[in-house]
Amino acid sequence: MKAFRKGGVHPAENKISTGSSILDLPVPGLVTVHLSQHLGVPAQPVVDKGDSVRTGQLIAKSAGFVSANIHSPVSGTVQKIEPVPDITGYPKMAIVIEVKGDEWVETIDRTDTIVRPDKLSREEIIARISEMGIVGMGGATFPSHVKVSVPKGKKAEILIINGVECEPYLTSDHRLMLEKGEEILIGAGFLMRALPVDQAVIGIEKNKPDAIEHLRKLSSGYPGIRVEPLKVKYPQGGEKQLIKAITGREVPSGGLPIDVGAVVHNVGTAFAVYEAIAKNKPLFERVVTVTGKSLAKNANFKVRIGTPISSLIDAAGGLPDDTGKVISGGPMMGRALPGLNAPVTKGTSGIVVMKANESVRKTVMNCIRCARCASACPMGLEPYFLMSLGDARRWEEMETARALDCMECGSCSFTCPSNRPLLDYIRIGKTNVNRILKARKS
Amino acid sequence: MSATNLLTVSHSPHEYTSESVQKIMYRVLIAMLPAFAVSLIFFGLGALIVTAVAVVSCMLFEYLIARFLLKIKPSLWDGSAAVTGVLLAFNVPSNLPVWMIVVGSLVAIGVAKMSFGGLGKNPFNPALAGRVFLLISFPVQMTSWPKAVESRFAYLDATTGATPLGILKEGLKNGQPVSDLMKDLPEYSQMFLGNMSGSLGEISALALLIGGLYLIWKKVITWHIPVSILGTVVLFTGLLWLINPDQYADPLFHLLAGGIMLGAIFMATDMVTSPMTPAGQIIFGIGIGFITCLIRIFGAYPEGVSFAILIMNALVPLIDKYVKPKRFGEVRKNG
Repeated sequence: MKAFRKGGVHPAENKISTGSSILDLPVPGLVTVHLSQHLGVPAQPVVDKGDSVRTGQLIAKSAGFVSANIHSPVSGTVQKIEPVPDITGYPKMAIVIEVKGDEWVETIDRTDTIVRPDKLSREEIIARISEMGIVGMGGATFPSHVKVSVPKGKKAEILIINGVECEPYLTSDHRLMLEKGEEILIGAGFLMRALPVDQAVIGIEKNKPDAIEHLRKLSSGYPGIRVEPLKVKYPQGGEKQLIKAITGREVPSGGLPIDVGAVVHNVGTAFAVYEAIAKNKPLFERVVTVTGKSLAKNANFKVRIGTPISSLIDAAGGLPDDTGKVISGGPMMGRALPGLNAPVTKGTSGIVVMKANESVRKTVMNCIRCARCASACPMGLEPYFLMSLGDARRWEEMETARALDCMECGSCSFTCPSNRPLLDYIRIGKTNVNRILKARKS
Repeated sequence: MSATNLLTVSHSPHEYTSESVQKIMYRVLIAMLPAFAVSLIFFGLGALIVTAVAVVSCMLFEYLIARFLLKIKPSLWDGSAAVTGVLLAFNVPSNLPVWMIVVGSLVAIGVAKMSFGGLGKNPFNPALAGRVFLLISFPVQMTSWPKAVESRFAYLDATTGATPLGILKEGLKNGQPVSDLMKDLPEYSQMFLGNMSGSLGEISALALLIGGLYLIWKKVITWHIPVSILGTVVLFTGLLWLINPDQYADPLFHLLAGGIMLGAIFMATDMVTSPMTPAGQIIFGIGIGFITCLIRIFGAYPEGVSFAILIMNALVPLIDKYVKPKRFGEVRKNG
């Protein structure tokens, strides 16, 4: 069984919502669509206050190469375009739409019929991915057209479809693989043609045997695509770790996957690419896992972007009394929410409701030099050392100690028996190292 | 959501291991049970008194110093002071007077641990610092070894005899060949079980190995330090033994005699005072094995494990500075 070799931890899986089929969440009365749905430059609005919009209509266009189009997730009237708090709690520019009916742009194919267009050229596929506002659905929300545009001098050799879903609790990718397997494979085929590569590997952790079995069966009809079961180990779904597990290659420090000939896309992205190309459907809805030990109905919802997170929690039976923390994303890398009014974005993979007694950080004790953080670090760093450098504000030394290699997977803080906030200090260090690098450039 | 039901906001990760310092320390205590049981069988009353006094005084000093000198919250129940106490007891003869044990505990906890800032801050193994302090302050009492079994019901009045390493050193000094000296030594099977004179916790290789395997199974320690120490001892003494078996004892004798097993499994593996990377741990282990053999074979003392570990403790910061983990995606120069 393949896996990345260095580091990793085994948090309790808690995949409570695995058995819940994807349900359509009713369209809310009001949606808030932030102009930063993606990594990079925020999109530029192309509608005004008072305009009426239809579901799937372009409402903000990409404002640079690393940026993405945004389409209206609902039909109705633009109520306002102004800063609204997002999941960070800080106000960010957003288009707020009051919903009326659900009238879709007619070019979108709303049927479930599987379509396999095979005449599209490489350029047409990339153009369509860009036009439809597709971004990385695993959570990083990196614009997908950038990833499929291989820079000059580099060559893509393999496409890796990330179906690992190594975060505890989350099951949206798992459900998607079970329910939309055919579509994911066709989407992967489009991505292969866009790169172009002749082989694609779908990496899935072996805790999802049904998904492995299902996609394996289906993939026999798709030459060049195969499924690779992977050992259950966090962060197996980290891009660099996944590439290492499947190809044996290590993305160089500071480099990109393409440097070793690999391009990684999430299964959710492959599905979105399928819908964009075969169904002419822009990215305006996604699957979100809503889960928690005390939640009445653990579920996987298909949700329009811009839906308030509170609607998702209401649909899952309401916020339990013993709630301590609500996380957007998984418990290892997700963000704790200051409130429930923030909307779902293209990157919202799950909402995890933690009990109050699970939300308390335990008392920090002295480092006993047990070296568990260093052996858990999948990047081969020394978190204990980075933390003490951070504590002493020795930023230059943190740079030498490769703080910027840290992908913030949280394995170090997770594993520390002294409950030390290792990652908090590394994050502060990374911010300062980046500040120094910026100053050095100018 | 009501105003009384505020959400906690903190940075990721939001999930934590159930491991704790306390659990680690308690596992070390459990791992020492077999060796303690053996010491009760062979040294009986004395072993019980010495261990009890060491544990109680180590915990007491930890509490008093934290509370009244450092004015910090005493971390008495994390188990680390108890571990130091048991290890100190394991490293002294079972007929050591109570007041000397108390002095040793004060040096171990007060000087070697708390003066550096307490848990996790000490550069040297506290129990060994205490032991070496006692050895050089009270050389007579620290090298009078009760005879196993015979002294089961005795404490200060125990009949004493020499340790196997002592017999060897003395005999070789008088020009006797190893083959002659072996007649005065217990059989290897008896040494393996612990039926010989020595510090109360070091005698039984079997019991120590059981504890070591438990610690490896529970992931408290890794194999790197014990294996590299024992491997180096076997290599070093084996080579000399092959050259001249009359002058040098065989490697098996060196593994079974003295404190090498206790040192390799319980003392050198102390997390606080050993290197962080597996490669660093192997260098550390080789160093300990090498220095131990040098002292045993060429030095004035019959045994040198404690000194070897303390010397290598001093090198740990240097090892950690130069031996780094293998980075992911290391950009090789001229690669």
